[in-house]
Amino acid sequence: MSAAKSKRGDFLLAVEGLTVSFDGFKAVDDLSFYLDPKEIRVIIGPNGAGKTTVLDLICGKTKATSGSIKFDGKELTKLKEHQIVHSGVGRKFQTPSVFEDLTVFENLEVSYPKGHSVMGALGFKRDAEVFKAVEEVAETIFLTEALNEPAASLSHGQKQWLEIGMLLIQKPDLLMLDEPVAGMSVTERKKTAELLRVITRDHTVLVIEHDMQFVGDIADRVTVMHQGKVLSEGSIEHVKSDPKVIEVYLGH
Amino acid sequence: MKSSSPLKWFATREGLYYVALAVLLVVILPLALDPFRLNMVGKYLTYAFVAIGLVMCWGKAGILSLGQGVFFGLGGYCMAMFLKLEASTPEATAIQSTPGIPDFMDWNQLTELPWFWEPFHSFSFTLLAVIGVPVLLAFVIGFAMFTRRVGGVYFAIITQAIAAILTILIIGQQGYTGGVNGITDLQTLNGWDIRTDEARTILYFVCVGMLFLCLFVARLVQNRKLGRILVAMNAQENRVRFSGYDVAAFKIFVFCLAAAFAGVGGAMFTLIVGFMSPSFIGIVASIEMVIFCALGGRLSILGAVYGALLVNAAKSGFSESFPELWPFAMGALFIGVVLAFPNGLAGLYQTYVMPLEDKIFKRNRGAKLEAKPAEKAAEPKPTAEKTPDYDPMIDSYSPEKS
Repeated sequence: MSAAKSKRGDFLLAVEGLTVSFDGFKAVDDLSFYLDPKEIRVIIGPNGAGKTTVLDLICGKTKATSGSIKFDGKELTKLKEHQIVHSGVGRKFQTPSVFEDLTVFENLEVSYPKGHSVMGALGFKRDAEVFKAVEEVAETIFLTEALNEPAASLSHGQKQWLEIGMLLIQKPDLLMLDEPVAGMSVTERKKTAELLRVITRDHTVLVIEHDMQFVGDIADRVTVMHQGKVLSEGSIEHVKSDPKVIEVYLGH
Repeated sequence: MKSSSPLKWFATREGLYYVALAVLLVVILPLALDPFRLNMVGKYLTYAFVAIGLVMCWGKAGILSLGQGVFFGLGGYCMAMFLKLEASTPEATAIQSTPGIPDFMDWNQLTELPWFWEPFHSFSFTLLAVIGVPVLLAFVIGFAMFTRRVGGVYFAIITQAIAAILTILIIGQQGYTGGVNGITDLQTLNGWDIRTDEARTILYFVCVGMLFLCLFVARLVQNRKLGRILVAMNAQENRVRFSGYDVAAFKIFVFCLAAAFAGVGGAMFTLIVGFMSPSFIGIVASIEMVIFCALGGRLSILGAVYGALLVNAAKSGFSESFPELWPFAMGALFIGVVLAFPNGLAGLYQTYVMPLEDKIFKRNRGAKLEAKPAEKAAEPKPTAEKTPDYDPMIDSYSPEKS
């Protein structure tokens, strides 16, 4: 189904037959889905459907029991976490995980994709390029004014943006966001939707979200997961009217 | 590191702290103390090397090692083996059944020098081994633990077990190691008698020099991006990993760095004290080293030096009068510090003394204060100033200007 939509028939991310079992419990069960370049895909589903586990599997935090994850033609299941990052996958966690002891500037600088080896980090110099990259990203994530503040002093929403910024500065091809608007105020949600729209001009984005309003605002397509499997997939209208989806998720 | 000339750095606040320490160690103490006491201060300072390593490893990166005595001991034993071989010439050991080998080997019926002692005839090999052997062991332990994601309490327990194992090994293999007595009766270093007052004073100054070298290496690391990654790793290991860093490699690096510092400290200890024995490297000694670091302030490399000096001075003073009470005093000190001042002396200094300094500074030379953060890492030009809580002793990842 996705193949028809994809221009040249090649996906940015192809997940096929992905299965992970924790002591016999299959959190993700023979899951397959495909992302086109520059697509915004939202994964929804009831609690325990395996949404976060899917992101964990793609970014290498959890190892797959079987199946394959091909990103840009590369098999990710064999790589280590930092190698997956280097091949262009960025992951934002559900709770904001920024470095509270460091300033916003330093948070972004640490994420800047240079000086990743021990010796590289020892010799890393803050040159004009770094400043430029940090300032650009800071503007995108509405934190220009807060560059010199310690990250601990930011609001919850700002921390979420900072973590998104930390992904952006890595210039990944695929951004994975786990509930980016959870716990945000209405204004912050609007701004985040705006931020995601800017981001998707140059990135493919995979989002987990519960807020259906927000999902409708941003999604190109929606994948509904249930008990580790894909229940339904398509436009937001399509999945909203899918009786299976109404049955397990929306209707209750 | 500095945006302008290196000399200017000494006029910054951080620079002045280093100058103050240098004046204390190079001028005040040598003038105030007799050679015997100065030698004792030299001994305390050798523990400061370990404490600096612990600041990097534990304070910054969050890796608590309860086995730093192992690396201290390895460095010390390497140096002791060289000195012992030099003292065991065939002439000096003519009365032994096998002349030319260290006395304790002869007592244990060894008839030739074990193979691993052979390279220690060479002074340059010994200098390499003082750093190389501890770093190698730290690398092996670090590689085995950190690539398997062993951390926290488990890592601390394993390092402690290693300290116990090494002690047992050394005591058990007394023919090869000198056993529980250690390696004693060391006399000369390349023909230079290290037992005279004059030699001990010179060794004290060498020790101070090496200490400052280590301080500057530690400072370089903490002010670079590497230092910020260590701190970041401590707080949010996963975020660092998923920002594209091989977390294990960074942990191995900082653990090896701490081991190298400890090795240098151990070698200086052997030279200054004149012998090396298993009692300096076991579990108790290793835990004491953590206390030096905690008391000084586990985030401050300068604090670690003061911590090592003060705790050891207190230990000597206390044990001279009430030897049996010292372990209790030490325990109480540790608990007190952890509960009441988690950032140790450096934290107290920052909270209570620095505001006073600020007042004096502002009154006398407010203008100079403006230029303060020029010392911070390598940005083109520091501009706007603020950072009320910023303390070079505590942390050097001050807010950077953009």
